[in-house]
Amino acid sequence: MKGQTRATSGPVPHPALRTATRVLPLTPATVLLLLFLAGPIAYCAYIAFTDLQLTGQAEDSFIGFENFRTAFGDEAFLNAVWLTLVFTVVSALLGQNTLGLALAALMQRASKPVRTLVGGIVVTAWVLPEVVAGFLLYAFFRREGTLNAVLDWLHLPTQNWLYTLPILAVSFANVWRGTAFSMLVYSAALNEIPKEITEAAEVDGAGGWRRMWHITLPMIRRSIGTNLMLITLQTLSVFGLIWVMTRGGPGGKSQTLPLFMYEEAFQKSMIGYGTAVALLLLVVGSLFSAVYLRLLRTEV
Amino acid sequence: MKTRTPASRRTIRHRLAADFGLLVVAATFVLPLAWVVLSSVDPQANLTVKLPDGVTLDNFDAVLTPEITFTPLLNSLLLCGGGTALTVVCAALAAYPLSRFRSRLNRPFLLTILFATSLPITAIMVPVYALFVQVNLIDTLQGTIFFFAASQLPFAIWLMKNFMDGVPKELEEAAWTDGASSLQSLMRVVLPLMGPGVAVVTVFSFVMMWGNFFVPFMLLLTPEQMPAAVSINEFFGNRGTVVYGQLAAFSVTYSTPVILLYVGVARRLGGGFALGGAVKG
Repeated sequence: MKGQTRATSGPVPHPALRTATRVLPLTPATVLLLLFLAGPIAYCAYIAFTDLQLTGQAEDSFIGFENFRTAFGDEAFLNAVWLTLVFTVVSALLGQNTLGLALAALMQRASKPVRTLVGGIVVTAWVLPEVVAGFLLYAFFRREGTLNAVLDWLHLPTQNWLYTLPILAVSFANVWRGTAFSMLVYSAALNEIPKEITEAAEVDGAGGWRRMWHITLPMIRRSIGTNLMLITLQTLSVFGLIWVMTRGGPGGKSQTLPLFMYEEAFQKSMIGYGTAVALLLLVVGSLFSAVYLRLLRTEV
Repeated sequence: MKTRTPASRRTIRHRLAADFGLLVVAATFVLPLAWVVLSSVDPQANLTVKLPDGVTLDNFDAVLTPEITFTPLLNSLLLCGGGTALTVVCAALAAYPLSRFRSRLNRPFLLTILFATSLPITAIMVPVYALFVQVNLIDTLQGTIFFFAASQLPFAIWLMKNFMDGVPKELEEAAWTDGASSLQSLMRVVLPLMGPGVAVVTVFSFVMMWGNFFVPFMLLLTPEQMPAAVSINEFFGNRGTVVYGQLAAFSVTYSTPVILLYVGVARRLGGGFALGGAVKG
């Protein structure tokens, strides 16, 4: 697509020099993007169809759809697909999205110091390096960790969360880390709703929930769409957080697709197979991206 | 506020309810953060959040060595500084024609950029590794910097273009009349006027790279080149039992710079990070 850059430098009515000065500044970015982003994606699409391995193989050969056939017959792969789905729905769609909206809505009414304090805490969790966040939540969920200490104090049953419910533990971790993004998006959206509209509804006697459901939500539906799309894409590619907390274990019980891809490609040296999984992830991501573009279509 | 009408009493009640709700959520959010801060100064740190048995800087003392902290942080600085510089320069150059000149290539270019913004970069790390092995860029700082810049560029260009659109064109026209080239007017007129915008792109790129684990984890192999994002793993692996106090002290040291940077920029822009058009629906 970026080939367009060159197309206009040809038979365009503008003087060649003017066109050149206009296209020239785009070159460094375009070269970087082509070499280091488009290149690997194209290479990905190629090696997904080969049996490339990390070691002990002189040459890789083209094997067509074999990797994909293997994947769909591979229980570990199907398990990873399922866990990715659970992880995305629980942590992004239900967790980050709903909590982010709730926080943004509460912040509209809260007093300024509380708003600043809570916003600061939630955003700090978001700015924290991925590995540190993973490590903090690892400590939180460990058998000797804070969660169990709190549950114990409340006389509730404790358990080894990272062992019994690892996918829920990493989902919660992702909510902890990612909610700030939704909160910021929804705060911006709610701030743009004219005060008169909500006030008029209030005078007409509409309660909080009804105002939310019938007025606020329809007015910010485009932000909701955009936010859902972006957090889904972010969540699909989470690696470090889960890697630090569980390494995908125990026994693959928190192994989402990125971790499955990594394990196949490097721990089992099946680069071709791992890349086929990556390609599937990329295709799913592209579909979401395309929907996202549709949502924004009036913007560009 | 002074006259207590029923309406204003209701507002106060609502505000108290909202404050309470927010504080409850904040309490669960703060526990892991409190743990790392308290443990870093606790001589007997373990995995549970608790008030320290006494305050000590021994944990910091133990990790603030060239091997554990300074070298990884310097590596992070080189990687992220290089990546950010490359990103910001390329993004500023690319955004200029996109923002200033009407051309048929703008729309497809911007749509491609926007599309790339939301691609799951994690997915291509395995092929990037394979490609880097082929072209001998594996385990090199420059290779990692290039990839960092490329992965951050789509969003940076998009943000930069939106900020640049906010600078009125009339101001440049004066410079053009005086015979300034596009590059000169970009450098002397446009970029200085969009200082906060450039700061946002710079800080955002830097923060994203500083916290990124998977890219250096895949592309760098030599321990001496590892940035802090990867070297933190060492605490779990080769050192036998984990000394939680030291790990917490390292986490605090490693996280503080980006939090300060973020706060610095966010405050100037009034609270919410201006993520620009990319997230505004």
